[in-house]
Amino acid sequence: MSNILVYALHYDGAINKNSLGAVSEGAKLAAELGGEAHAILLGENVPQDLAASLGKYGAKKALVAEGPEGLAQPLVDAMAKAITDGGYKYALFGGGLLGFEIGAGLAARLGAGVVMEVTAVRAENGELIAERPILGDSSISEVKYRSDVGIIIGRLNAFEIRDVGGADAPVEQLSFELSSQAQQATMLTRGEQRGADVDIEGASILIAGGRGLGKAEGFQLAEDLAAAFGGNAAVAATRAVVDAGWYPYAAQIGQTGKTVAPKLYLAAGISGAIQHKVGMQGSENIVAINKDSNAPIFEFSDLGIVGDLNKILPKLTEAVKAKKGS
Amino acid sequence: MKICVLVKEVPDAAVEKRIDPSTGRMDRSGEKNLNPYDTHAIEAAMQIKEGGAVPVEEVVAVTMGPDSAVRALHKAVSLGADRSVHLSDPAVAGSDVAATGYALAKTLQRESPDLVLLGQQSDDGECYTIGAVVAEHLGMPSLTQVIKMDVDPESLRCERQAEYGYDTVQIKLPAVISVGDAINEPRYPSLKAIMGAKKKPLDTVTAADVDIDASKVGGDNSAAQWVAAKAPPAKAAGEIIEDEDTGETVEKIVAWLDERKLL
Repeated sequence: MSNILVYALHYDGAINKNSLGAVSEGAKLAAELGGEAHAILLGENVPQDLAASLGKYGAKKALVAEGPEGLAQPLVDAMAKAITDGGYKYALFGGGLLGFEIGAGLAARLGAGVVMEVTAVRAENGELIAERPILGDSSISEVKYRSDVGIIIGRLNAFEIRDVGGADAPVEQLSFELSSQAQQATMLTRGEQRGADVDIEGASILIAGGRGLGKAEGFQLAEDLAAAFGGNAAVAATRAVVDAGWYPYAAQIGQTGKTVAPKLYLAAGISGAIQHKVGMQGSENIVAINKDSNAPIFEFSDLGIVGDLNKILPKLTEAVKAKKGS
Repeated sequence: MKICVLVKEVPDAAVEKRIDPSTGRMDRSGEKNLNPYDTHAIEAAMQIKEGGAVPVEEVVAVTMGPDSAVRALHKAVSLGADRSVHLSDPAVAGSDVAATGYALAKTLQRESPDLVLLGQQSDDGECYTIGAVVAEHLGMPSLTQVIKMDVDPESLRCERQAEYGYDTVQIKLPAVISVGDAINEPRYPSLKAIMGAKKKPLDTVTAADVDIDASKVGGDNSAAQWVAAKAPPAKAAGEIIEDEDTGETVEKIVAWLDERKLL
């Protein structure tokens, strides 16, 4: 039986977008393998209708497990139980921090092969082959599994969400036991928002700042440029500077932040790590300013400027203002 | 408390990384540096040791890799580790993430650490999953991308950014924690520490020494099997401007934006 078990992350009454993509992808692949995709959700009193709604994206069944939310190891326990009982051949995860942790733990538990940062999967001769870009996306490795179970962890936004209008998925309770390691971690607070609640998702122009801005005050340069562009522009940030407290979490792009696709994405002092790239590579025009000519961001920018942003940004702000005023 | 820090030798950023076309594995012949992400894990260990909240008997750097990986251990020791352990065995070469995590867990088991620290990812294969694999084999709780860690003799209070904002998690020791690069600013080693690094104890062990089941490691036994490599879809190379005269550079940027009706 070639069934696929798909992890569905949920929070605050909604399923994560990357999980919807993973369920959609799982349903498509399972059909090609002649099996079914089932979703698994874990939490405290997971709403039944939320679980059932995954039928719309092609899940034929939703397993619901009761356990502490937001931590990986309880899901390793629950998914290992489901796979052992239910004979799943593959486990699939959308991009995201928890998916990486759960998938890796599950691989260790089951002695299963795991491939992460997967951007595409195809069925061939009754098995799945995962594609994983490596070396700064300069090459793509194709990987298959020798183990009884194969684990696929997608890259953020790799899998398209497809609402196929399926009927509500039947919901089944999954009972499992927490491992001793899963009982050693306790979530004290979850989902704390740090910094102001800014809106970047509606902006058609984003001026994004990274560590290259030097300090929290450096963001003034980005804000001045955004102001020069006018009402449709906003300021975004990388994880590094948000973690450092320079800019609000709500403005963060990437793996654990927002995914954006504005008309113009101007990256100032951003190296372009993969965790950032996955959140902005759909932008129509990418301009990068960085003093390091080897920065990975130049490999996927349309216009790259190698230079000192402290010199360039103020003059660019003046020039944009002048142009807008003319 | 005993802290083990997992470290890794990665290709120097200045050396072009390539894949061996016959095996699909990273060609590691040009390697020579300690993974920069690992320096944050060593610094985190040193700050616990120096912080005084809990007594730390030892900080031990642990690696797996060819002979040249000793250089990563020397660097780790120069940054403050007391001694190091090197798992060196042709049997583990070419292991995938799951097999590598298993081999490292077996190596760590012999040390019985109270805390295992590692960097959030490696600079080459981008595998930020190794911590979860190691933790599972050791039966320890784990958390990745931790950016703040308060330690007491029994537990850790960790903060990290996940999908929906910042989470604070209490974790009982022993535990496996991968730290994010925002957790600290790693120190530079002193000249004296660099000179003294080679004199600190280095224990080289084989797979058999740490009871690794040879049928679970190495390229041929890894469950994820590389089958082919292909080139990504071609993307037109972007235009690059070297800023020499900033006035001129800005004019070019504005013209470029104007051409695309972005102003």
